[in-house]
Amino acid sequence: MADQVLDAKGLNCPLPILKAKKALKSMEGGKILEVQSTDPGSVADFAAFCRTTGNELVEQEEADGIWTYLIRKSG
Amino acid sequence: MSNVTEMGIPAQKPGVDPNTMSIIVTKGSLDWAYPPFILATTAAAMGLEVTMFFTFYGLPLLMKDMSLQVTSLGNTAMKMPMGGIHMGMPNLVSALPGVDAMASKMMKNLIKKKGVASIPELRELAVEADVRMIACQMTLDLFEYSKDDMIEGVEIGGAATYIEVATQSHINLFI
Repeated sequence: MADQVLDAKGLNCPLPILKAKKALKSMEGGKILEVQSTDPGSVADFAAFCRTTGNELVEQEEADGIWTYLIRKSG
Repeated sequence: MSNVTEMGIPAQKPGVDPNTMSIIVTKGSLDWAYPPFILATTAAAMGLEVTMFFTFYGLPLLMKDMSLQVTSLGNTAMKMPMGGIHMGMPNLVSALPGVDAMASKMMKNLIKKKGVASIPELRELAVEADVRMIACQMTLDLFEYSKDDMIEGVEIGGAATYIEVATQSHINLFI
């Protein structure tokens, strides 16, 4: 489903956000980035990041301490 | 009155782009280097235009060669996790030669273990994200640093330079 996958497991704030931003930068509008994170703070942070930047948080789920986010790039 | 909320607080500074932030960086120890670089890189990632103004002890954070240290001296809130408990350090012990070096090493190990970015890494990301960095000319003179000691792309400026930035920034922080 995702066009690109970013493994941010084991990284702490703010690296998952910074790496996600970098990945999104190289993608075209409408494409979907999947981010995997083990940082519990990433739940609030990816929501805030998407609200502020206009990228769409399509889906998020947690399993075994790993949060997976699907983000659709704006534009 | 359209841009004033019920509380009388301006919702937005008139004529100022809301996606702008400035940070005055005044501290250069290993721990205090984190807040400005974390906020600057994250704000840039969220589409803000960011300016950092480095003054006094914040200036060493612009040096090519950063040897950052942390001290437990006088820092009563600094308690390191050790085997399930949190250990503080009495000031008398903190003052001994070598203790700062030891505490700094412990902190760096912890940072690595927990997947926290290093300061050189965060600074690199800030440069990549086009964060504008201004070094305080007076501090350079005072502590006898040269522009050549600093990383590339750093601008030199003074109080007026910062104030101009601040008047054009929606968020202004002092760290």
